[in-house]
Amino acid sequence: MSGVSGLSATLPRMHSLGDAALLCELPAPATLAAQQKIWALADEARQWPGVTEVLPGMNNLSLIYEPGRVDSEELEARVAAIWPRLAANAIVGRHIEIPVYYGGEGGPDLGDVARHTGLTPAEVVRQHSAAEYIVYLLGFLPGFAFLGGLAPALATPRRTEPRTAVPAGSVGIGGEQTGVYPLVSPGGWQLIGRTSVRLFDPQAAEPTLLRPGDRVRFVAERVEFA
Amino acid sequence: MIVVDKPGMLTTVQDLGRHGLRERGICPGGALDTLALRLANRLVGNRDDAAGLEITMGGCELRFEQDGRIALAGDDFGAQLDGAPVWPCWSTPVATGQTLRLGGANKLSAKAGLRSWLAVSGGIDVPLLLGSRSTDLKAGFGGHQGRALKRGDRLPLGRSALDAQQQARRAFGLRPPAWNADCDDEAIALRVMPGPEYAQFTVASRDAFWREPWQITPQSNRMGSRLVGPELQRLKRSIDMLSSGVIPGTVQVPPSGQPIILMGDAQTTGGYPRIGVVIRADQWKLAQAPLKGWLRMVQVGAAEAHVAWEEQQHYLELVAQGLQAAGWPTAH
Repeated sequence: MSGVSGLSATLPRMHSLGDAALLCELPAPATLAAQQKIWALADEARQWPGVTEVLPGMNNLSLIYEPGRVDSEELEARVAAIWPRLAANAIVGRHIEIPVYYGGEGGPDLGDVARHTGLTPAEVVRQHSAAEYIVYLLGFLPGFAFLGGLAPALATPRRTEPRTAVPAGSVGIGGEQTGVYPLVSPGGWQLIGRTSVRLFDPQAAEPTLLRPGDRVRFVAERVEFA
Repeated sequence: MIVVDKPGMLTTVQDLGRHGLRERGICPGGALDTLALRLANRLVGNRDDAAGLEITMGGCELRFEQDGRIALAGDDFGAQLDGAPVWPCWSTPVATGQTLRLGGANKLSAKAGLRSWLAVSGGIDVPLLLGSRSTDLKAGFGGHQGRALKRGDRLPLGRSALDAQQQARRAFGLRPPAWNADCDDEAIALRVMPGPEYAQFTVASRDAFWREPWQITPQSNRMGSRLVGPELQRLKRSIDMLSSGVIPGTVQVPPSGQPIILMGDAQTTGGYPRIGVVIRADQWKLAQAPLKGWLRMVQVGAAEAHVAWEEQQHYLELVAQGLQAAGWPTAH
């Protein structure tokens, strides 16, 4: 188990989350290696009798269970037993490309991000589409992925006035994070582009495009500067 | 078919929820009071997971275009079927052309409530999406066209398990679940287990959480009940939280210090410290608690939560036995 020295030895802190869920939480800081072990634990735990759902957070995992079939002591013991044996590289995510129209109507804040970062809009687009991002977890909205891997140079604070309705498919930057809005929703992120790919489709057998552990690239399909 | 003549403030199609998809960011949703929906469904011969209507604040009118049976659980909002009263937890025959009217909250009931759940024999037959017929209002899918009901909506009904004789049987009722363990001061007691960040709150705030009454504000909805009371403060050295799982019943405390109890439509992960979690056996009380009503938090551990859950299962078992003895279909 390379590159995770010290981590394997530290068991997650475990605490009940009500009478039918157990939280397993790693000490700070959150790292990719720690998150990979969270995904590996999720993958194991979903097969345990009585565990009905696994829910990865950032640096933590919640197990939802049926108390009639398993209790929290039993689950804690199972987590403690499996944890040292989990390999950080056990989960191999898929590679997913998301085509983006940067700027223009779908990316009204590209100019603001360029001004804030001191880069040209073209350089913002280049850096944003050059990186490989990793899906740490999904949350906030169906199919909304918390992505790691934004170039630090692109970090831009949220808008002071959040929008009441950000269109579905909007690609944004909020602080040190980037992501795609799967649905129309209120939001304060800086919008730099839009994708026509659906991130959430309740009619599909696979309702979300992304899953925890996936690797994402944004591909610049068109760039339009104001 | 049911025709919506008046939708009321917020009426949605809900079943027992959409489970197994939290890791995709999809909340469980469903009837906020699953106990009420289960009871109502059993009273009309449906399976527990048949879809019914969740009616918020009453004020709705529904017209029936076919014969069947109905049952309401929760506040009955002074319900009347063509002028005759319909009691909560009663199974009532309904004939083609009759209209069910719900008014405002029923002040005569022991606890004037906020919501009611209506089951109709056969269940509301909207398409199953991701394993559920529940309406996800935030994401706009499921239920009837992914939205709250509007005037003129027509809701199809599934096939009922009742035969003609059962369908026509005169009305009968059962005893609603008890609001036991309640306080002397009319507040509703919720049994709560300390949450993962409980120890991050000051001793005074922890104490206040259990001791003081909490009022439900009108800013509450299906995502959460917002409470007002003394400001809950965290210890100064507490660090910011990372996104972590939240489930219905989670009591989270945003920087305002005023707690929010999350409900079925809440997002799947949150970033606010969780001071406690309402046990499953008491979540129905929160779903029915009226706006501006008062709550008290009663600290319990896992063992008491387990007993409370078993008691609720026992009550449901007695209901099933009673219905079976009366020759009623009981396929749960």
